[in-house]
Parts: sequence; C-alpha cells; structure tokens
Amino acid sequence: MSLSIRLQHQLSDLALDLDFDAPSGVTVLFGRSGSGKTTVVNAVAGLLRPAAGRVAVDDWVLFDTGQGIWLPPHRRRLGYIFQEGRLFPHLTVRQNLNYGRWFAPRGARRESPDRVIEMLGIGHLLDRRPAMLSGGEKQRVAIGRALLASPRLILADEPLAALDDARKAEILPYFERLRDEVSVPILYVTHSAAEVARLATSVVALQAGRVVRHGPASEVLADPSVAPAGVRAVGAVLQVRVAAHHDDGLSELEAGGERLFLPRIPHRIGDELRIRIPAQEVILSSRRPEGLSALNVLSGQVDTIRAGEGPGAIVSVRTPAGMVLARVTRRSVAALGLRQGSPCYAVIKTVALAPQDVGGRVVAP
Amino acid sequence: MGWLGPAEIEALRLSLRVSFWATLVTLPFGIFVAYALARWRFPGRQVLNGLVHLPLILPPVVTGYLLLLTFGIQGPLGGPLAELGIVFAFRWTGAALAAGIMAFPLMVRAIRLSIEAVDPKLEQAGATLGASRLMVFGTVTLPMILPGIIAGSILAFAKAMGEFGATITFVSNIPGQTQTLPSAVYAFLQVPAGEAAATRLVIISIVIAMSALLLSEYVGRRVAKRVAGS
Repeated sequence: MSLSIRLQHQLSDLALDLDFDAPSGVTVLFGRSGSGKTTVVNAVAGLLRPAAGRVAVDDWVLFDTGQGIWLPPHRRRLGYIFQEGRLFPHLTVRQNLNYGRWFAPRGARRESPDRVIEMLGIGHLLDRRPAMLSGGEKQRVAIGRALLASPRLILADEPLAALDDARKAEILPYFERLRDEVSVPILYVTHSAAEVARLATSVVALQAGRVVRHGPASEVLADPSVAPAGVRAVGAVLQVRVAAHHDDGLSELEAGGERLFLPRIPHRIGDELRIRIPAQEVILSSRRPEGLSALNVLSGQVDTIRAGEGPGAIVSVRTPAGMVLARVTRRSVAALGLRQGSPCYAVIKTVALAPQDVGGRVVAP
Repeated sequence: MGWLGPAEIEALRLSLRVSFWATLVTLPFGIFVAYALARWRFPGRQVLNGLVHLPLILPPVVTGYLLLLTFGIQGPLGGPLAELGIVFAFRWTGAALAAGIMAFPLMVRAIRLSIEAVDPKLEQAGATLGASRLMVFGTVTLPMILPGIIAGSILAFAKAMGEFGATITFVSNIPGQTQTLPSAVYAFLQVPAGEAAATRLVIISIVIAMSALLLSEYVGRRVAKRVAGS
C-alpha cells in the first residue's frame, strides 16, 4: 500500500505546495515548526480543506479537487494519533479502544483487540478513565484506539512531543513494532532527529511548505541544510547488531566488522538496531589516536566536506560500519589536511550515544 | 396534603404539569439552538441570539401579549394550529408555551456554556475514528454536556414554576386551566381572607425553588465528575 499526496494551500503565513509518494512503512514528515507538517496531516485527515490537491491510498481517492471528490473525515478510514492523545474523558480505556471499532465497516480487516492490548501493554488499564492515566499510558491507549479502528492509513502528529524523555523512550518501541508488524502506511510528523533515525522508512523534509528532500533517513539527516534543528540535528544512522553485554555496564555493538561500545542498552544479543550518532559528538584525527579515553574509533576515508555558513564544517567519513558524520571547524579541516579520500579516524565518545538514539528491532524496508 | 385547600392543590398540580411539559418540549430546541450558537457561524447568528434572549429582557407582559397576538385563535399561527386541534389560548397548553418561551433563554445559556467547554478537538478525534457528525454529537458532545443539560433543565423548570406575567397576559387566570401557582397567589391576595392560602403557596414556591437549585447543583456535580472521568 502506498500513499500519494499532492497539496496546494495558502495559510496566512505559509504557502503549501508539495507532491510526494509515501511507500508502506513509516514516512516521516520532518521539519521545523511552521513548515506545514501538521497542515499536511490535517489535509490528509480531512480536518482541513486544501485549495487544491489530491490524496490517495493506492487507487482509493480521499480527495481530488480536480474531480471534485471530498470524503468527510469519518469516511477516510484513518487512525489518527494526536500529539495530546485526545482520549475521550467520559469513556473508560476499554470504551476508548472500542470507539473506532464501532464505526469500522463490517468487511474491514480487523486487528484483534487482545493482540493490540498485549502489544501496547495496556491490559491492566482497561477499566480506568483517561484522567487516571500517565502521559505515556494515554499515548499508548491513543495508539491502540487508532489501530483498532481498522485504518487504511495511520497518521501520527508529533505523538511524543508532549512527553518527557523517559516517556518517549517508553513509547518509541511501540511505533517501531507498528512499523514492523502492521502493513498500513504510517505518516509520522516530527521535528526530532532521533525519532526520524529510529522510525523512518523514508523521510520527507519540509521547509516553508515545500519538500526540500525526500529519501532514506541516513541521507536526509546527513544534510545540515534540511535538518530542522540546524546543525545540531545532523547525524549519521548506522545499522548495528548487539554483540555482547559487559559487566562494566557497557554494551558492545557490531557494525560492518567494527565494534562500538555504549552504555548498557536493554536489547537482546543478536538484535538488529539503528543508532544515531550526532555529528557534533564525533571528532576526527588524521592518525590513529592513542592514549584517548574514548572507546569508539572508526577508521575510514573522507567522503565529502561541507562547509557551513559559520566556522564549522560537516565531514562525512566512509567507514566499514557505514557513513559517519563529524562536525568540526574549518580550521581543523585545514590543519589536518583533510580532502576527499584522505584516510582519517572518527572518534565517538561512548556516553554520547544517548538511549533515545538507539532503536529497537529493525526489519529492512 | 390536608392543610392545603382544593384550589391550592389544583394550582400546584397544574404548575407542576405546565413546568414539566414546558421543560421537556423546550429541551430539544434548547440543545439545538445552543449547539448552533456555540459551534456554527452563519448569517443571522446574532439575530438568533437576540431573539432567544428577548424574553429575558422584555417585560413579561409584552411577551405574553405578543404570544396572544401570535397564538391567539385569530393569530397567524394560532388560527392554523387550532384547525389542527392544537389550541393554546386560555388552555394549560398555552401556560406551558408561555413558561417554555420564558424559560428558553436560561436553558440555552446553560447548555451553550457547557458546549463551549467541550474541546472541538475531541469531536475531530471522533470524526477521524469513523463517527459521522451525528454520531460524534451523540457519543462525544452529548455525554460531555450532560451536566449543562441537567442544570439548564432544572433552571428552566424552576423558571417555569415561577412564570407569571406572560402567562396571565396570554392565557389569563382560570382556576383549573391556567391558574398556576403564582397566578393563584396573586388571586388569593385579591380577595379578603385569602392571605393564609397565599402564604401556604408562597412557602411551597420557596421550597420548590430551593430544592430545584440544590438538586441541580448536586446532580450537576455528580455528572460532571463522572464525565471528567475522576
């Protein structure tokens, strides 16, 4: 199943004009606030009527201004997960979960409630009301409610933005399971590079209402000009496998024959993960460094050097583990004599690998 | 009720009947108008708002007279309705109509406030989950505004029990037909030695009004608690 979106709409401070296809899996709409992400999702949901455009899931048209087709929101078969959850306060968790099921067409392929409840770990909450739930629990129920509506398309608008880091870490794995276990396309809005790195099958980067980049997460995140938080969000995404857990509190990861160490992660040995390595946590050396406290040293060759507007530059280094990005000063680039093809070493501080940058099981798209 | 005379019992029963029907029949209109005023933007919204509030600010005698002109046997609506067998003039149904019209603004205000307190985002969420507008109203909006509906109804009932000016102008003061509690108090005060009866009815009025207020507070709070989910 794939989703195609073409939209033109004028908001007071934003001209939206975009056209892209989203394959199955998670398509992340990535961009600063005010770039039009939520407008796109609301237009797909039918909560906002765009001036012109067409949205279709495969050949099922949700709206097409050319043909005068406009399905009202309740006939679009959506599972919309809102930033604030929007659970119905007067209903119990069980009734909230069942809400979408009441209205799903009889012939619809139905998720089994038991499986969804088990997957989200909300079995003990069923008789409570939303007021009695924590933020993370509310969001899990909201995911379940969206899933059980038998959607043909799942929309998620910054579903983690209102949560603290601990709750984010609690919810992200459920979205990963959603991506890997549910065959419905997911359109996911965020401005967090960590969420992009962990979830995205493909990324659509938006800027002022236009698509500035569309591709796999590793490509889009490597470009400082599209990352919404600017240079701080730039980073590399590596595919790794958990190799060992050590007694001193470190976990050992393997990627392309290289070893990486990071603070203990909860995953099992053998699990395939994605990790994000922020460019600003990587330093470069032209010789193999010695007498350094950092544990992670990857050798490789300089692939590209992108000078920014300020004194900084983003250097991408091709290593056996994958492409690693480093944010260094232009002065250092000159001092080390780096140019395309120069051998160099990327040094990553172990504790720089934050838990929220470590994804769960990954099934290749 | 041995301490009440038959005329007083008659007035009390009539008042309860008039107020009950006035409230019940007005309620669907009240919910609809409150919803329209709270949620829809349409030309003439301010005019509708003004019309709804008119009985609250006009002298009741004026409202009663306008009702008489409109719903009297010769009136533009009263005539055709009489053909259909629906007669308001000088009947208890007319008293109920007058009470309903006078209570309407209070009811609409209470319900409208509670609708405005419902986050439209919850209604949107209902729509994305497949509920049509009507289903969203029935499953999300209506349960959430229940406290407002109850408070509005009780307020309207109490107002209907006390309605005097419009009623007496529209349908006069006929014992057993249109002589409601306040009309009866007025009538008793016009005759010598009627004061004792009037006093008894005044006490009953006070008790009913106070009970209605307390009941609406209590039920409103109970339902609000249940709706808020704590």
